[in-house]
Amino acid sequence: MNFFDTARLALGNIMTSKMRTFLTMLGIIIGVSAVILIVGLGNGMQIYMERSFETLGTNTIQVMILGRGSSRSVSVDQIYRIADENSDCIENVSPTVSMAGTVKIGTETLSSTSVSGVSEDYMEMKTYQLAAGRDLRYMDVKDRKAVCIVGSYIDKEYFNGSSVGKTLKVGSRKLTIIGVAEQQEDEMRSGGTDDFIYLPYTTAARYSNTGNIRSYMFTALDKDSSDKAVKAIENGLFKVFEDDRSYTVISMAQLLDTFTTMLNVMITILAIIAGISLVVGGIGIMNIMLVSVTERTREIGIRKALGAKESVIMSQFVTEAAVTSVLGGSVGILFGIALCRIATAIVTALLDVDMQVVPSAGSIAMAVGVSAGIGILFGWLPARKAANLNPIDALRYE
Amino acid sequence: MAPLIEFRDVCKYYVMGDNTVKANDHISMTIDRGEFVAIVGQSGSGKSTCMNIIGCLDVPTSGSYLLDGTDVGSLSKPRLAEIRNKMLGFVFQQYNLLPKYNLIENVEVPLMYAGVPRGERRRRAMEALTELGLAEHVKHRPNELSGGQQQRVSIARAMVGKPPILLADEPTGALDSRTGREVLRLLKELNAAGKTVILITHDNSIAVQAKRIIRLEDGQVTYDGPADHPDAMKTREQKEAVS
Repeated sequence: MNFFDTARLALGNIMTSKMRTFLTMLGIIIGVSAVILIVGLGNGMQIYMERSFETLGTNTIQVMILGRGSSRSVSVDQIYRIADENSDCIENVSPTVSMAGTVKIGTETLSSTSVSGVSEDYMEMKTYQLAAGRDLRYMDVKDRKAVCIVGSYIDKEYFNGSSVGKTLKVGSRKLTIIGVAEQQEDEMRSGGTDDFIYLPYTTAARYSNTGNIRSYMFTALDKDSSDKAVKAIENGLFKVFEDDRSYTVISMAQLLDTFTTMLNVMITILAIIAGISLVVGGIGIMNIMLVSVTERTREIGIRKALGAKESVIMSQFVTEAAVTSVLGGSVGILFGIALCRIATAIVTALLDVDMQVVPSAGSIAMAVGVSAGIGILFGWLPARKAANLNPIDALRYE
Repeated sequence: MAPLIEFRDVCKYYVMGDNTVKANDHISMTIDRGEFVAIVGQSGSGKSTCMNIIGCLDVPTSGSYLLDGTDVGSLSKPRLAEIRNKMLGFVFQQYNLLPKYNLIENVEVPLMYAGVPRGERRRRAMEALTELGLAEHVKHRPNELSGGQQQRVSIARAMVGKPPILLADEPTGALDSRTGREVLRLLKELNAAGKTVILITHDNSIAVQAKRIIRLEDGQVTYDGPADHPDAMKTREQKEAVS
């Protein structure tokens, strides 16, 4: 009796009680599809997060100067010196001064626009291209010119794409628009990536009465030199403050790693919870197999009388459990993939976020492996019971 | 040449609570190739236990059972399964066909366990069914047939692997007398063709169809001889009353 005979027997038996088999499989179907959906969600979230970080720049490093009282501080020149001394890993640096105050264009008020004072290198560091006009220049910074660059949202929504040369107001200060950045997002919206105003940091510092600039953005040469750059900046700042509590240095690469780790932990926990339903499904299979062995006691007796060895009876029942479980697993995979599609649609529609819930090949392979394993594991006990039946008792069983 | 079946002082005891039931009590007998033997006895006489031991479904508590010269008591379970498959064909009172399978699939089962490839299985099962006049029913399920037909299917199943021994346990018990006779005629034919047929029954009128009768009472052999001998049909009590 070869494997195909065993498989054919198993399939034959499964097909004779379709409803029961389906209900038995349901546990496995739900378990497998839940695992696939959750792992898919995790994948989607990770891809989405990585993309979001990429728009921020994975090579960027944010530095906050907390200072120690007001006695000690660091000047912009000192920060630039740190960057110059470590040009093997640091590409560029710009102070960032965020400015409060509502933005007014004509009679309209913009509440969500981000207004930042930056250096003439900032656009390049962000890898933003100019769509019109010119970039900020060193002279604008040096002379504290009342000029600014706007995101394409402001340009298109409020100036019909011809904002260069026009003016807008931040608080009570009037700024002349000298340039427009190219559109970054596919769909522009208020408060989005394209809703910003960049002015020289010197101008911003004066308007907002900021004495010392406390926030800087560095760029590392690339993502890999990010760690080295963080060290260099920390060393440079330590020399000034001699106290590592006076500043914080956060690289986007680190942040991404931290988020990814957190996300993975969360997904793993959720997947384990979903995995519990696989175990429950397995117990369902065991239960129904035990019933099936009792129901088929006489059949087992007949088979034994006709020359079936215990090992053959055993493999017949184990195969039956495994086939049930693998069938359930396959349906679960299809169902899980469908759920991922539905989840993508829901997330996109409800949250207005471009996130794809993608089932991973790994999770599918695991689901198949686990469901087959569960079938064999939970089929084992009933199969042993069947194999150990005494043929005489089994033949006499009514 | 060793006898096909040899019981040497075979005992089979069952312990039930405080009692020990002596189902088979020191039975010794031999059955040769080509014989047609009826093992007769009332219920509780030990004939079923005797059949189970002959059929390698059970092993003796003491004594030895030699099948074709081999002591069966010392064999492993897989070996016993193999012997059941190769040496023995079973015919049961309740036919014991697999209800979910059609006739050809039912007859194929012993061949499947013997490792015969699928194509050949089909062919041989078909042959066996045709021989028993069931060729037009091969795709039917057992419950679509009459009792006599089902019993013929079970005979086809018993013979398809060409075992030397046919073990029939009350084969006519569930049949009316006409179909019962037909089944007995089939057994006789098989015996004439060289099979060793062992018939287990409680019914004297069935037992006389065999050539030799072994009568069991309380686990012991009380008669072993030709079926046409005057003592063949008498119980121990009857014999004692005469003397």
